[in-house]
Amino acid sequence: MKRKGLTRRAFLATASATLGAAAIPPVGFPQELGAPRRAYGERSPFEKSVRFFPESITPASSYSKTPLQDLFGIITPSALHYEVHHSGVPEIDPRRHEIMIHGLVERPLIFTMEDFHRLPSVSRIHFLECAGNSGGEQIGRPAANPQRSHGLLSCSEWTGVPLRTLLEETELKPGATWIVAEGADAGRLARSIPLEKALDDVLVAYGQNGEALRPEQGYPVRLVVPGWEGNVNIKWLGRVQVVDQPYMTSYETGHYTDLMPDGKARQFTFVMEAKSVITRPAGGQELSGPGFYEITGLAWSGRGRITKAEVSTDGGKSWQDAQLNEPILPKAVTRFRFPWWWDGEETSLQSRCTDETGYLQPTREELVAVRGLNATDHYNGIKVWYVHKDGKVSHE
Amino acid sequence: MNKARLFILCAAIAVVTVAVAQTQSYKLGRPATAEEIRERDISVAPDGSGLPVGHGTVTQGRHDYQTLCGNCHGDRGQGMLQYPALVGGQGTLRGKNPVKTVGSYWPYATTVWDFIHRTMPYARPGSLTPDETYAVTAFILYLNGIVGEKAELNKTTLPRVKMPNRDGFVGDPRPDVAAKKAGK
Repeated sequence: MKRKGLTRRAFLATASATLGAAAIPPVGFPQELGAPRRAYGERSPFEKSVRFFPESITPASSYSKTPLQDLFGIITPSALHYEVHHSGVPEIDPRRHEIMIHGLVERPLIFTMEDFHRLPSVSRIHFLECAGNSGGEQIGRPAANPQRSHGLLSCSEWTGVPLRTLLEETELKPGATWIVAEGADAGRLARSIPLEKALDDVLVAYGQNGEALRPEQGYPVRLVVPGWEGNVNIKWLGRVQVVDQPYMTSYETGHYTDLMPDGKARQFTFVMEAKSVITRPAGGQELSGPGFYEITGLAWSGRGRITKAEVSTDGGKSWQDAQLNEPILPKAVTRFRFPWWWDGEETSLQSRCTDETGYLQPTREELVAVRGLNATDHYNGIKVWYVHKDGKVSHE
Repeated sequence: MNKARLFILCAAIAVVTVAVAQTQSYKLGRPATAEEIRERDISVAPDGSGLPVGHGTVTQGRHDYQTLCGNCHGDRGQGMLQYPALVGGQGTLRGKNPVKTVGSYWPYATTVWDFIHRTMPYARPGSLTPDETYAVTAFILYLNGIVGEKAELNKTTLPRVKMPNRDGFVGDPRPDVAAKKAGK
């Protein structure tokens, strides 16, 4: 079979062809009636892309990664959204779930899911990224493909009630400066969030990509804290306590803090800074020969909109603007595309992005020079893919 | 957190707070009773607020730890496989191979209590009584040389424990990496 390009279909077909060309039937039209209707849709049996996770002796406290190289637009299918859990995924009956808001408020209130569906709601597209996403890159262990290197990133349309609305209903007391948000999972995961952010753009979300949240993403209701590290986006939200100080929970002291070379650790490093990655062609893929390839990838910033994505195809010597695909939304993933003719020589591919604050994504070297090697959370350095003469693309 | 930064943040928040409406617009949700709040609120602050009545000694904790924690974290808190070490690492945070444990890294003893109480043991989160939690916390702090062998922890003494890395945290200085201007 002659390979024509690096479309995903061709790539899969090529992989199959290697195993035995006879296995692929010739092009043709079906002679029999197709399948009947079905109540809940499934993808084609020819589509095999899945989340990646390693074996673990503590699977309830672990992660799975999104196959970014297989995604097309900016939305992550809910079934492929990355996961990080610390006490497993609870199975919650929405009829038995409540959210209590209390603390420094005039009227402590308890809301049911029915209340949530009645309250004024909004839908917004935002990315979620684990603080530890691509942390291995910082310490000099680059990962072999986009899923392994950047797959603790996903982007969804979230529907829910602004947290501000709920806090207004309870009426804040003077002295309120933070909230503590707590999950209804077995470990009651809790994080402190400054009240200023809680009143700004935080959502109490029950919808994900048009349907109810998936259990792994917090069914029946979760916080979405736009642009901030995944861990504060409390899943299975059960309680919001309005307080006058950060409560210094384990996940904002012992974990998700960034130890610097001087021995001091940065704390409350919430925002995920501007970052990008080329997803095709990328590590683990193969170019079938010299010729045209569209380079594509994702760019995002926790500080707002992406204003520019640039691609270098010559080892970082020169940079050219990539096309940004609409929609370009704040604190959401933006897809970029760049036309490229491969001449068959060894080279490297990399991307960098700029956000609306003017911040330019740094190189790994620039980051390590400031932050050292002891912190691996909140890493946003440039990712490089190497193209070899035989067409193979790798991480080194 | 850096004190100056914290002050600025709090001042900004105070201004925002005033702007929040003072009426209940939608009349949805029901009032939470004092009992419901007491039952559901398990949070503990660094100043000790939220800590329940109860107490535990190092001696009791030595016993409880072996039953409840030692199978995963090791009989002396040394850690095993994916279960982190709870002991050691003091003085290593500036070095090439920092060892971050409860003893070397965590800034507040209340955090240790709160985490054990809400999330441990791994397979049965939230199953420890307040007394067991005080006792296990006391034993882990003793293993780290932070409290003495005769120590007893309760809602008054726990917040007074000074952790070795109490002053080891600073605020967020980002953006901290001065990258070249885009397009150059």
